[in-house]
Amino acid sequence: MNLYASLIVVFPLLGFLILGLFGSRMKNEKLIGFLGSGTVGLSFFLALVLFFQMLNVEPEQRKQIVTVFTWLSTFTGSSSSFSVNISYQIDQLSILMTLIVTGIGFLIHVYSIGYMHGDRGYWRFFAYMNLFIFAMLNLVLADNFLLLFLGWEGVGLCSYLLIGFWYEKKFTGDAAKKAFVVNRIGDFGFIIGMLLIFSTFDSLNFSTVFSGAALLTMGNTTILWITLLLFLGAIGKSAQIPLYVWLPDAMAGPTPVSALIHAATMVTAGVYMVARCSILYALSPVAMEVVAIIGAITAVFAATIGLVQNDIKKVLAYSTISQLGYMFLAMGVGAFSAGIFHLMTHAFFKALLFLGSGAVIHAMHDEQDIRKMGGLKEYLPITYKTFLIGAIAIAGIPPFAGFFSKDEILWKTFSSEQGSWVLWLLGVFGAAMTAFYMFRLVTLTFEGKRRFNHHLHPHEAPKTMTVPLMILAGLSIVGGFVGIPHWSGIEHWLDPVFSPAQYKLMSGENSGGILEYLLMAVSVGIAAVGIYAARWVYLQRIEIAASLQQQYPRVYRLLLNKYYVDEMYDVVIVEPAVKTSEEILWKVVDVTLIDGMVNGSAKVIGAIAQTLRKIQTGVVQFYAVVFIGGILFVITWLLLK
Amino acid sequence: MASGFILTTTIFLPLVFAVAIFFLPKENIKGIKLVALSGSIVTFLVSLFLFFGYEAAMGGFQFLHKFTWISSLNISYFVGIDGMSLLLILLTTFLIPLALLGTWNSIEKQLKGYSIMVLLLELGMIGVFASLDLFLFYIFWEAMLIPMYFIIGVWGGPNRIYAAVKFFLFTLFGSVLMLVAIIWLGYFASTVPGGQFTTNLFDLYRIAPQLPINLQMWMFAAFGLSFAIKVPVWPLHTWLPDAHVEAPTAGSVILAGVLLKMGTYGFIRFNLPLFADASLRAMPFMCLLAVIGIVYGALVAMVQTDMKKLVAYSSVSHMGFVILGIFSMTEEGLQGAIIQMVNHGLSTGALFLLVGMIYDRTHTRSIADYGGVAKLMPVYATFLMVISFSSIGLPGLNGFVGEFLVMLGSFKSTLLDNRWFAVVAGLGVIFSAVYMLWMYQRLMMGPAHSDGLYGGHHLTDLTKREIAVLVPIVLFVVWIGVFPKTFLSKSAPLVKHTVEQMESVNRGSPIRFAGSLQVQSGK
Repeated sequence: MNLYASLIVVFPLLGFLILGLFGSRMKNEKLIGFLGSGTVGLSFFLALVLFFQMLNVEPEQRKQIVTVFTWLSTFTGSSSSFSVNISYQIDQLSILMTLIVTGIGFLIHVYSIGYMHGDRGYWRFFAYMNLFIFAMLNLVLADNFLLLFLGWEGVGLCSYLLIGFWYEKKFTGDAAKKAFVVNRIGDFGFIIGMLLIFSTFDSLNFSTVFSGAALLTMGNTTILWITLLLFLGAIGKSAQIPLYVWLPDAMAGPTPVSALIHAATMVTAGVYMVARCSILYALSPVAMEVVAIIGAITAVFAATIGLVQNDIKKVLAYSTISQLGYMFLAMGVGAFSAGIFHLMTHAFFKALLFLGSGAVIHAMHDEQDIRKMGGLKEYLPITYKTFLIGAIAIAGIPPFAGFFSKDEILWKTFSSEQGSWVLWLLGVFGAAMTAFYMFRLVTLTFEGKRRFNHHLHPHEAPKTMTVPLMILAGLSIVGGFVGIPHWSGIEHWLDPVFSPAQYKLMSGENSGGILEYLLMAVSVGIAAVGIYAARWVYLQRIEIAASLQQQYPRVYRLLLNKYYVDEMYDVVIVEPAVKTSEEILWKVVDVTLIDGMVNGSAKVIGAIAQTLRKIQTGVVQFYAVVFIGGILFVITWLLLK
Repeated sequence: MASGFILTTTIFLPLVFAVAIFFLPKENIKGIKLVALSGSIVTFLVSLFLFFGYEAAMGGFQFLHKFTWISSLNISYFVGIDGMSLLLILLTTFLIPLALLGTWNSIEKQLKGYSIMVLLLELGMIGVFASLDLFLFYIFWEAMLIPMYFIIGVWGGPNRIYAAVKFFLFTLFGSVLMLVAIIWLGYFASTVPGGQFTTNLFDLYRIAPQLPINLQMWMFAAFGLSFAIKVPVWPLHTWLPDAHVEAPTAGSVILAGVLLKMGTYGFIRFNLPLFADASLRAMPFMCLLAVIGIVYGALVAMVQTDMKKLVAYSSVSHMGFVILGIFSMTEEGLQGAIIQMVNHGLSTGALFLLVGMIYDRTHTRSIADYGGVAKLMPVYATFLMVISFSSIGLPGLNGFVGEFLVMLGSFKSTLLDNRWFAVVAGLGVIFSAVYMLWMYQRLMMGPAHSDGLYGGHHLTDLTKREIAVLVPIVLFVVWIGVFPKTFLSKSAPLVKHTVEQMESVNRGSPIRFAGSLQVQSGK
């Protein structure tokens, strides 16, 4: 078991090293594709083996820790000084995450074999993707905060590399840099959070920190700060308000990258981290409230933007932000396992939707504007059917995967101690919009009249791309069954991880009876209305959309321009920072003040020297006169004394 | 004693090769280059004996070598190394051959003099890190200025004279005060009962606790000013951008890679153990200057238009971390500071090499003259990427190890007792990503120039020679990032002793600095 755990992490690293060092000399695309996806596939296989081994033992024995070596320490041997290992923790939560990361990751890799065919940087792409998986595995398997942070920054690096993959294009550089820098703002919080954790618990190991925290009282101020700082990190990585701005721009990368970032890796990291620290959050009601509110607002806010976007990938990007909001809402109301459940189902259908959109873009020769599509279902039957399944799943129609997880979150939001009907209402409102914008997307892309040039001849993608779509579609249909209410296998499975937090929150199984089913009916009904409305407007009464735009031009522009948040950040933060640094710090403080003083004192000394130099005339007679004058002066002085 | 000869050999080997070059005809360009390179490589190989011979478990100073020099003043040639000296000497001997090889064809005039100067500089730097007699230390410290002055002043850019004089005067100003302090310290040793004038560091460590506080403050200031200029600590940094911009590539590499560390080395070697009380008092002040430097250097680096200036200002920021680590006076902080010195030497050394390599091709350092270079120089782009992220402090690479330990040290320091220093330093994490990635983007990404010309020249990717220079650095960048134990364990005993001493002084029951325990084996 120990060996497996390390190997899961090692394979993608090996893939990265082999492809990174020798990839440029490999002329055979098939070999590169095989290596790249093979390593991830092996990891997935090992994770499955591990999972089944865990199923065979008692829940208490499922957790294991594998230490590889001491990574960072002062090495002074002092008892209180810092030390952290490279060590991996296998438990119910981390194995689940590993399965998602490697499983979905594997499908995305296989899909990329076809999607990236013919690209100049084919080997580079797979090398980065392998590194991405490696970083994410470190993140989810780490048994301490610092190793988690290594993975955390690692996925940031890989997203930078992959968003900027087509570096010759003008905007990719901006998007890549923005992604990394905005993430770094969050990382700042994470780092300070870690410092505070270490100075509080003298350790960064999960087991030590969490068992130490369990002894503390509710509402501890230090824990509050720790949780808020860590949450800042989560906001950055998981694209929540106000640091979500990098994610839509990250669409500049190749589509499989978007799928990887949105579904299997990266953005789920923040949710995972909060879930991992559930006990800390459970101890600080204020932090929980912050998490829930930010999550709920983001869920609605991003959905409103998604309503009007015309880029197929942008709609999906805002939908991801919105769905992540639901996951945080779950965390904030103490429904940790429901949040992880939604993370899992979301990974299925969002990977499906992104890969499907990739197939569309592929078929349309890099066209991404849905206004220039339409009627594609005849040309791309498999893509259409699978995409439709993904859309139904995310809209929350039973018995598709999204229904179970989203409904679980909404019910907990309504019923739990930490939740409220306001948050529930926001959630339902967001769900309605989700259904609407998804079916706006489906309708405009696949149905109705053809709005593109005849010469395009869209064609269905090759098998390496359609097979992953079909598998993901299957998962999007059945994936929710592991979390059927009141039977919930997944909640039961995760229970040992979250029980300390649940104990602190005193929350038990809340059976609302008839009310639970009533609310379920409401949310399903609302989703159905959203779907119906979208189909009605965009199939039959397209003029309604146009007239709404004309009637409320301000609202439309506000949404289309994403509330001008990017522009605001530019004016309020970026420009002043650059101006101040350039005009004041550099040109005034450095050049004028400090150097002015240095050069000024040099000038003063120079001027004195210039004056004194005049004495040195070189005329011997002058020296003789001064010499005699001096002697006379001394003699006179001695005599008068 | 026998092992002491290895250290003395390491110090003076460059001189032997410099003399050999002196006797070569100046037309024999290839011969001069080969002798200089092989001299620096032999020095590196000999210094490896130090690395493998140093017993970290024992700690203290080893490879001691001592003989009387000026007996009337009790001054001796006295050298020896502990873990910190060891790492910095290795850094020096490692970087010099790379700097020479990396700029193999860059120097076009008076190559003979240049090669001699570089080797003499190496001698001076190793000497500084090995001296255990303050007078000897001072000689090396000053002697090293001269070759550096010439390297900037003769082989530098258009404004080289201004830069060289500025560099020289800045550093000389500081070191004159240090000389006064050294003599004063030696004199103070003669005033204690049974004492005599001495500049022997071990003897001075012994009498240091008797230094009255006001005298300590003056001495701390005199030594500290000299060191702070070298680091450079904000606001004494303005010589650095000028010196870097004008210096030839190898000069910048050595300046950033090694010379700056002499300042921070001095703080740990002299200021903390000799003037412990004063150091404790100066602690918040020094930490304040450090975090100002971190943020200020990063912000000013962000808006630079010249690549070399950008890297120079980033040095101000990175060296701020070293100062913060030192004056956190915790094990984490000091270990972080020491490894950060090595890291900065590697990353910034590599950055200057990379800038030099592209400058050799295009003869422009202006960032605006570039764009889309990654397409034409993919191998170069990859190296620049790795080194940029090393500089940004990505976990898994070297920079993170130092920065994180420093932040942790200053955050948990009970002596400093102020967490805000670490928090503000943390902002450097954001800014470093901004300026490095912005530079990377403007150089490497975007569309390539349509005519393929940069500064009027065509670009070709790195040669085998250039790759051979960068690969060893990248290996260490990863090694330190993943398995820092190899290096941190060397400096651990020193750090442990220093922190113990500081805490004992703070408690009011000072213990003698433990480094002096090794004195017996030296005599």
